[in-house]
Amino acid sequence: MTTTATRLDELLRRDYPHGFVTNLEADSLARGLNEDIIGLISARKREPQFMLEWRLKAFRHWLTMTEPGWASVRHPPIDYQDIVYYSAPKSGKDGPKSLDEVDPELLRMYEKLGVPLQERERLAGVAVDAVLDSVSVGTTFKAKLAELGIVFCSFSEAVHEHPELVQKYLGSVVPYTDNFYATLNSAVFSDGSFCYIPPGVRCPMELSTYFRINAKDTGQFERTLIIADEGAYVSYLEGCTAPVRDENQLHAAVVELIALDNARIKYSTVQNWYPGDQEGKGGIYNFVTKRGDCRGANSHISWTQVETGSAITWKYPSCILRGDNSVGEFYSVALTNHHQQADTGTKMIHIGRNTRSTILSKGISAGHGSNAYRGLVKVLKSAAGARNYTQCDSLLLGDQCRAHTFPYIEVKNATAKVEHEASTARIGEDQLFYCMQRGLSAEDAVSMIVNGFCKEVFKELPMEFAVEAQKLLGVNLEGSIG
Amino acid sequence: MLEVRNLQVSVEGKAILRGIDLAVNAGEVHAIMGPNGSGKSTLAQVLAGRESFTVTGGGVRYLSRDLLAMAPEERAREGVFLAFQYPVEVPGVSNVYLLKAAINSLRKHRGLPELDAIEFLGLVREKMTLMDMADEMIYRSVNEGFSGGEKKRNEILQMAVLEPKLAILDETDSGLDIDALKVVARGINALRSAERAIILVTHYQRILNYVAPDFVHVLSQGRIVRSGPRELALELEQRGYGWLEEAAPTSPLGASAK
Amino acid sequence: MTSTDRILADFIRAAPLLPGAGVAWLTRARQAGLERFAQTGFPTPRDEEWKYTSVASIEKRSFTPLPNGAHAAPPELNALAFPHFPGHCVVFVNGRYSPALSAVGLLPPGVALESVADTLERAPDALEPLFAADNRETVFGALNTAFMADGLYLYLPRATTIEEPIHLYFVVTNKNAAIHPRNVIVAEEGARATVVEHYAGTHGVAYLTNAVTRIFAGEQAAVDHYKLQQEALQAFHVAGIHATQDRGSRLWSHSISLGAEIARNDISTTFDAEGCEATLNGLYLARGRQHVDHHTRIDHAKPGGTSREYYRGLLDGASRGVFNGKVIVHPQAQRTDARQLNHNLLLSKDAEVDTKPQLEIYADDVKCTHGATVGQLDDAQLLYLRSRGVDEAVARSLLVYAFARDVIERIRVGALRSRLEEMLLARLPQGERVRALA
Repeated sequence: MTTTATRLDELLRRDYPHGFVTNLEADSLARGLNEDIIGLISARKREPQFMLEWRLKAFRHWLTMTEPGWASVRHPPIDYQDIVYYSAPKSGKDGPKSLDEVDPELLRMYEKLGVPLQERERLAGVAVDAVLDSVSVGTTFKAKLAELGIVFCSFSEAVHEHPELVQKYLGSVVPYTDNFYATLNSAVFSDGSFCYIPPGVRCPMELSTYFRINAKDTGQFERTLIIADEGAYVSYLEGCTAPVRDENQLHAAVVELIALDNARIKYSTVQNWYPGDQEGKGGIYNFVTKRGDCRGANSHISWTQVETGSAITWKYPSCILRGDNSVGEFYSVALTNHHQQADTGTKMIHIGRNTRSTILSKGISAGHGSNAYRGLVKVLKSAAGARNYTQCDSLLLGDQCRAHTFPYIEVKNATAKVEHEASTARIGEDQLFYCMQRGLSAEDAVSMIVNGFCKEVFKELPMEFAVEAQKLLGVNLEGSIG
Repeated sequence: MLEVRNLQVSVEGKAILRGIDLAVNAGEVHAIMGPNGSGKSTLAQVLAGRESFTVTGGGVRYLSRDLLAMAPEERAREGVFLAFQYPVEVPGVSNVYLLKAAINSLRKHRGLPELDAIEFLGLVREKMTLMDMADEMIYRSVNEGFSGGEKKRNEILQMAVLEPKLAILDETDSGLDIDALKVVARGINALRSAERAIILVTHYQRILNYVAPDFVHVLSQGRIVRSGPRELALELEQRGYGWLEEAAPTSPLGASAK
Repeated sequence: MTSTDRILADFIRAAPLLPGAGVAWLTRARQAGLERFAQTGFPTPRDEEWKYTSVASIEKRSFTPLPNGAHAAPPELNALAFPHFPGHCVVFVNGRYSPALSAVGLLPPGVALESVADTLERAPDALEPLFAADNRETVFGALNTAFMADGLYLYLPRATTIEEPIHLYFVVTNKNAAIHPRNVIVAEEGARATVVEHYAGTHGVAYLTNAVTRIFAGEQAAVDHYKLQQEALQAFHVAGIHATQDRGSRLWSHSISLGAEIARNDISTTFDAEGCEATLNGLYLARGRQHVDHHTRIDHAKPGGTSREYYRGLLDGASRGVFNGKVIVHPQAQRTDARQLNHNLLLSKDAEVDTKPQLEIYADDVKCTHGATVGQLDDAQLLYLRSRGVDEAVARSLLVYAFARDVIERIRVGALRSRLEEMLLARLPQGERVRALA
């Protein structure tokens, strides 16, 4: 405990550590969005015709849509014509063929972020796909994974190497008509990660994508597609950072997961986009659509997220429990400090028989932060024997913050059982006093209590991430204690 | 009275009882002992009619009828009583309510007139005195907010009121302090009679100091590995269950597995 | 003709006949209510507050407002035996006060217990501040302001207690009638009263009740309010009950919903000063194709408030239950303690429940919890009762009864509580057996 506390204490005094800018020569398209831009994005990526058509369908549909207004977040209007929709580091015109070809400046940047882009002994347990602004700059351990038949590569590469898989699964969980941001993403997404685990294969290492926004005025629109074929297993990690900038930047990603019979996907996120400064200036708008489809019987998808960054988070990683006996899980810690806003939660759609879901959400509001849990548990008529258990707790630090809970429970099958519990309370002064009386500083005490509050979620994270997540909470709580 | 033959039971495909043979006659007290996970509670619950278990083989005859074909309430009316290991809380249903519903359904089944309120309360009060229970307990919701000891006493109270032919007590002694244990034992002993059989399922020998069994059976991994007189329990107390699991199964009374 | 045009036409026809027609402030209020309605029309499921409740079937029927009510009680009314409760009894037939059927006993000095229509004719100005628009009201509340014809005006001066419950009966006998009752309860400092609103109608008749009740609880006042909704099964019932509480006041609200094809209740209270307490208690029983919706809202606007909410639903047949419980803790409302529970039992395969407990918190020194469950009878409890010899059918009824009793036991008017227990038993398949045990 002492070492953790000391480390947190140091961290509490640190600024957003990933806020630096790397000078990379970039190939960027002009600002704005129209069919020509979409054509250029598709052409830059030398995409097959079906991709371009899909993008254009999405774009035309997007023009008929308006931004959703129901979330409890506020922001000035976004000018979608003032965003650069494509930016890629110039080095290696057609993308690096191997890691040896990656610009050393770029490797140094990832080194500085603590993301290993070298297949070193010490990091043998994690394969990384690094996405910078609009493109994937490198993927590690590809060859080793290929031996098992696992495809792990950038989305662009998948479009060329495995068009049949892309065509079969792209948009099958999040259709291009889904929602304003997902539709925008469908039109303009530039890269992302692709992963396919063949039947019966248990992926031997953690797969991970590291997202980084570097260029100015650029939106990031990546798309991740993970397919676990029958009986397959994969654990996937996602991390994100961005430089400190005064302007808000838009990140509208889409993640689609597909689990066939008896397959299992575990998806973990530590989201630490630049949150803006203490006055709420700058920061990333993180409007993300993540959805998993438990398509097969006995399939299992679990989402774990630690959301500490972004000026605004709008995100509801969901599970469609289609297969009989399938299981969906959502474990979340969302922290909002300063002027951050988060409206996050999940949807569990029970369709198959004996489907089960668990939701565990921990929201922490500090400063002027606003934190809303929004969730839907829907049991359709077909979902005999469905079960859900939901617990969402909020912790309040400071009298200017907000915590909201909006759970929707819809049950159309009488054999279902749904339980929802929620609580909101502030850090108890007696708890704080007790810790301080034992010699802890106020910050240590708060960090300790907050970490305790989040423990049930942290234990769902892979080891390396759990440590990272604890650190992040320390950093992001900075200045939250009066 | 009760004849269990090669009973095999599984839960979600996992075999829990792997062939139990047991014969219990009126007037006898049988203790069934065994380590955790040996299948003791499963046996008790299958006899009472819990539906989450699958009987995969063998059978149970009770008073010459097929017990397993009977609904739980039918078994109760025919005189089978289970004192639950974890008595469930039933909020909003008072103890007195439940007892009245239970006793009158039993009496009706036996062709007896229902008890009127005065007779009924008289009977319940008498049994409560035996169990050292405060009057107000019967007006509280069934087991709700009861301590562990109160729940167990409440089970024995129900047994005393319902006067079963075959009483199965599932770890009724666990979690009781010595005074509560004595009260529970007194309740059980008061029910001992030549017409009634009692099966005591227990992990510890302790309760057998107060309720002397006629036979002791040791259950391990879903089988009765040894049967014997009361002294077997004392031996177990001294040597632990490990001793039996190492030893080959023997059957001095011929009432065990195989 | 759209439904909005029809309502406007109804208003033009009814306005001169409504009570207080010549009172300027009231005319303005009625017009403002109508305008608010005209702006949006009837709500649709796209409207978040009406997501699960469609009022299309109310909209497409042309229920006619009865500005005059039926002053003479129709002959069949004598056949509608009122359940006899001890206390004061005020009867409204087809929306208008019926002195012949009412019986009010002796009241403490200074108490006003009268028909709103009478007050509006005689001394309307006392009511003006009590009729101010309230932002918690739905569009139906606005319609009520436009069309209200009668209701109870109860005024309790400082430190007055009315011991006996005041029973209000709203009985509708006219086919296709729309009645818009408006009740106003004012309890000054330290005053106490119990009011029971009881809604019923002729069996087989379709009509619309659109009621609004406003409760003003002064410092340390205590108001115990009940609404027993037993409308005809073909009827539609919409009700808004909105309370405003002053320092240290206490409110109990009980909503028991049994009748109507569609019933929608909006029940709210605002803690306008420190140290208020409120308990919202509710039970909804629905079967057939009934649809019952409760929207509750508690505004902790000032510090030190305590709120408790217990709502339970029993849904049988192809019925649908909706619960939306909103608790808002405003920025200054430190030391708030709020708890809310909503439990639902689905008793048949076609029944449905949508529940949405909701917390919005803008203060930090708070303790708020909520819980919601949807499920069936507990198998372990059923087994336990059966293993004691109780028939499965009786055991089921017993557990259902116990489930509903949790709410009924909070009813503090003894006669009402016993009557509800009776009604509940009468609905249970093995009710007689369960009754015999009591």
